[in-house]
Amino acid sequence: MRAPLLETRGLCKSFGALEVARDIDFRLERGARHALIGPNGAGKTTLVNLLTGALQPSRGSVLLEGDDLAGLAQAKRVKRGLARTFQINQLFRGLTVLENVCIAVAERLGVGGSMLRPAGKRADVIGEASRLLEMLRLQGDAGRRVAELPYGRQRLVELAIALGLKPRVLLLDEPAAGIPSAESHILLDAIAALPADIAVLIIEHDMDLVFRFARRITVMVSGAVFAEGSPAEIAANREVRAVYLGSALDA
Amino acid sequence: MRAVLELAGRHRLRAWEALPWAAALAAFFVFPNHLAFGTQLLITVLFALSLDLVLGYAGIVTLGHAAFFGAGAYTVGMLAQHLGWNEPLSSLAAAALVAGAIGLASGLVLLRTHGLTLLMLTLCTMALLEEAANMGARYTGGFDGMPGLGFQPLLGIFPFDVLFFRSQYLYALAVLFACFVVVRVLVYSPFGQSLTGIRENLLRMHAVGAPVRARLVLAYAISAALAGVAGGLFTQANAFVNLAVLGLDRAAGVLIILILGGYGRLYGAFVGALAYLLLEHALAKAYPTAWQLGLGLALMAVALYARNGILGIAASLHRRLGGRRAA
Repeated sequence: MRAPLLETRGLCKSFGALEVARDIDFRLERGARHALIGPNGAGKTTLVNLLTGALQPSRGSVLLEGDDLAGLAQAKRVKRGLARTFQINQLFRGLTVLENVCIAVAERLGVGGSMLRPAGKRADVIGEASRLLEMLRLQGDAGRRVAELPYGRQRLVELAIALGLKPRVLLLDEPAAGIPSAESHILLDAIAALPADIAVLIIEHDMDLVFRFARRITVMVSGAVFAEGSPAEIAANREVRAVYLGSALDA
Repeated sequence: MRAVLELAGRHRLRAWEALPWAAALAAFFVFPNHLAFGTQLLITVLFALSLDLVLGYAGIVTLGHAAFFGAGAYTVGMLAQHLGWNEPLSSLAAAALVAGAIGLASGLVLLRTHGLTLLMLTLCTMALLEEAANMGARYTGGFDGMPGLGFQPLLGIFPFDVLFFRSQYLYALAVLFACFVVVRVLVYSPFGQSLTGIRENLLRMHAVGAPVRARLVLAYAISAALAGVAGGLFTQANAFVNLAVLGLDRAAGVLIILILGGYGRLYGAFVGALAYLLLEHALAKAYPTAWQLGLGLALMAVALYARNGILGIAASLHRRLGGRRAA
């Protein structure tokens, strides 16, 4: 049997006495549309940070196609195809929208360190970045500094940067948070239009979005996996309703 | 898309960019009696320009940049004093190499840290070098430094010592121009863009897969080499070198110059150095005992009301006027 695309085995992380990840066994298959849900503080973002290498686990391992990623720096994991968006925008605020995406594309193409040719002459980088902006309907803002954009538009830049890395695994940390509902369809369309072979893991509190998007759902509570299954199974799970969904669906 | 055109044309030369060079050449003819001051100004511009690459573009806050200026200055001095290696161009290249190597080695250690820790460590590096220059009197002349150094004619033709201001001025101008071309090419390259990215958001830069530390160390080493060239020029132009090239005064001074002129803008080094040296000159004449007070007040005004320095004021004026014209 082929190893899953991304897998964790017995993953633990504690800060002193505080256990934020407890013995997590998690699998993300090729082409997955997987949602990670759970109450605030359940350890969802921590899991993403452990996957990307932003945090080092206290115990356990993260495997990409069966290869242990232990000790591999964040940047190296990105090169292996692991990209993420952040729950709170992490953008180059003083640079234009186009430049933000160009930086990501240039790094992926391995020209981010080239010194002689001006960045403005890299038609390949700029072309790809502007195509991404068109896809996310950001072309009208391409020349504006990110800091001048409304938060919702900035969220889309966040996604554009991640897509500029052409990931095999895309980790989306609450991508819709802060996007006005009138614009959230742009994001949904973009996620729906992702190539089928990319595995997508999405952390989201908007249950409409989760149940429309996900083919598999993992519920986390207090740093541990509480339940996992198809959307129908999760919706029918009484314990999940009790700890999380009840409040989320009623809200 | 307009943004694409803007980005694609950003590195192109603007007409006004000829201005500082035309002014420097004009000064050669208009102020023949002030060329010694002019040479010091050009050296200071080069030093500030090297700082701009790390501070303005990569966002590395350093208080120890004089370490590299001093390394270059002492390299040229010691080569001339002990080995009789006094050919100007090759000893300048040696200054760049030595300072660059020190930048590379210290950068590998220092650039693991950020913020205040980094600031203190840059200061410590400089203090260590200063103390080494002080203690190693046999090689460096210690507290007295090395006075009365002589250098060969430039290219074997143009006589070159403290009395030949004209050849020194043009030589310094040519070296500054060459270094400026290097920095300008760098900041508009993808490498320069990634330095700006590191300055703007370190977390995101890691998350797009950039080898952040390698980039920073490389930028630091290049900047150190350029500062070393400035230091080497200083020794050649003044025919002496002493501990003052390595001190906190010089490191803080160049920082003030860059903030005054506007950092991250290439030409801030030019404007800042000119403003600083003129201000220093005028204030020292008017209030010989308290001239630094005036400098301090000017700096406070910049810090409070013009965070982007003199060039920042110019840019916002230009925007306002341009906006009115468009309306």
